[in-house]
Amino acid sequence: MNIRKIALSLSLAAAAAAFSAGARADALDDVMKAKVIRIAVPQDFAPFGSAGPDLKPVGYDIDMANLIGKELGVKVEVVPVNSANRIPYLQTKKVELVISSLGKNEEREKVIAFSNAYAPFFQGVFGLKDAKIAKPEDLAGKTVGATRGSIEEQEITKLAPPTATIKRYEDNNATIASFLSGQVDIIATGNIVAAAIAEKSPGRAPVSKFVIKDSPCFVGMNKGEDKLLAKVNEIIAKAKADGELNKISEKWLKAPIPASI
Amino acid sequence: MKFALNFSDLLPYWNVILAGLIFTIVLTAVSTVVGVALGTACAWARTFGPTWAGAIVRGYVEVIRNTPFIVQLFFIFFGLPALGLKLDETTAAFLTMVINLGAYSAEIIRAGIKAVPAGHIEAGDSLAMTRFEIFRHIVLKQAFQKVYPALSSQIIIVMLGSSVVSQISAEDLTYAANFVQSRNFRAFEVYVVAALLYLLLAIVARFILRGVGRLAFPKG
Repeated sequence: MNIRKIALSLSLAAAAAAFSAGARADALDDVMKAKVIRIAVPQDFAPFGSAGPDLKPVGYDIDMANLIGKELGVKVEVVPVNSANRIPYLQTKKVELVISSLGKNEEREKVIAFSNAYAPFFQGVFGLKDAKIAKPEDLAGKTVGATRGSIEEQEITKLAPPTATIKRYEDNNATIASFLSGQVDIIATGNIVAAAIAEKSPGRAPVSKFVIKDSPCFVGMNKGEDKLLAKVNEIIAKAKADGELNKISEKWLKAPIPASI
Repeated sequence: MKFALNFSDLLPYWNVILAGLIFTIVLTAVSTVVGVALGTACAWARTFGPTWAGAIVRGYVEVIRNTPFIVQLFFIFFGLPALGLKLDETTAAFLTMVINLGAYSAEIIRAGIKAVPAGHIEAGDSLAMTRFEIFRHIVLKQAFQKVYPALSSQIIIVMLGSSVVSQISAEDLTYAANFVQSRNFRAFEVYVVAALLYLLLAIVARFILRGVGRLAFPKG
């Protein structure tokens, strides 16, 4: 495609977007009519979405996409995306929804709309199941492992009381090894890393004690699709109430949905 | 390309770097003394000791001299807990350093022992010296004299190699440099300072080792 063609298609897309915002029918109506919903899912971010044994994407987000499809009673067409192109896919109407471990921030909120949170994503302090730790002060006199330079390491350095010892390791693998070998019983890390440890070593699974930085995942869609937004929120609320969401979380993140979601 | 050097960003962390420097000095000093003692004992076992002791030492030396230091360190820190032996990172760092220097110095000292002429030992025998006296006054003294430069180099190598212990969160000079770098992102300045400190340490260590050598083995 040459520059002129790109420029032409871009201006056409812009014109179409401007036009359709006013005149077009709601995306939810289109989906119900076509009996298919297109959902962008991650392809390179386990356990949210990665290539399965048959190269089809599998993960938390794919299960979530299928759940929404089932509730709507339509077929799901998953579209693998990466974190750079997931919002453009939505804006250019290649998909109706983005379920791609998408976090909320101000810039994104300017261009797309977000549902309620459907998946936990946070950095926190994790320990053995029966360790009594609920807040940073409880770390007094204890040893915490973390990966040097990571957000959680910098935050826990500020939060932990002076009597706590922080062991800083070179990378996530060393932090994981220090926890698995019993060199430390408490680690500050992301819930995805904790889930990976729990998967490999169920006997020594790290359990979330408190959250350092919370940035849960939301379903993204175009602005102005209020009916679709309401419907997605309704499905998430129902899945939360009947335990479907918890099942997905236990399956992929080895932990129940936290109360904050 | 414009790049402004800014060493003043390191100032708030001077105590971190100083603590790391002290740890590296203590780590090197202790492992030098204990490691060379271990090496001497091993060299004795392989030359004058019983056959079984020689065989054990031979195995130990082969294993340590033919595996990377970092693997030995990870095995002791991450591996041994699986066998029920949990050492904290400081103990693991000291232990690995001693074991490593012990194996290398054993071979260096053994070379020195081999270079002692048999006639000198026989002379000790004919003077009715005990086996220990012969080893201490005739063999070891000459052996150390001969291999002292090689042994000094090995100690410097081990000191520089000690930077690896930062990988198991032992808080040495390299750990301090990595830590400061993760806070102020002044990689160039931090590692220039760390490199200069290591250089300074190596020069001072050589100076001290030469002094010790002059005192212990005076010429003539």
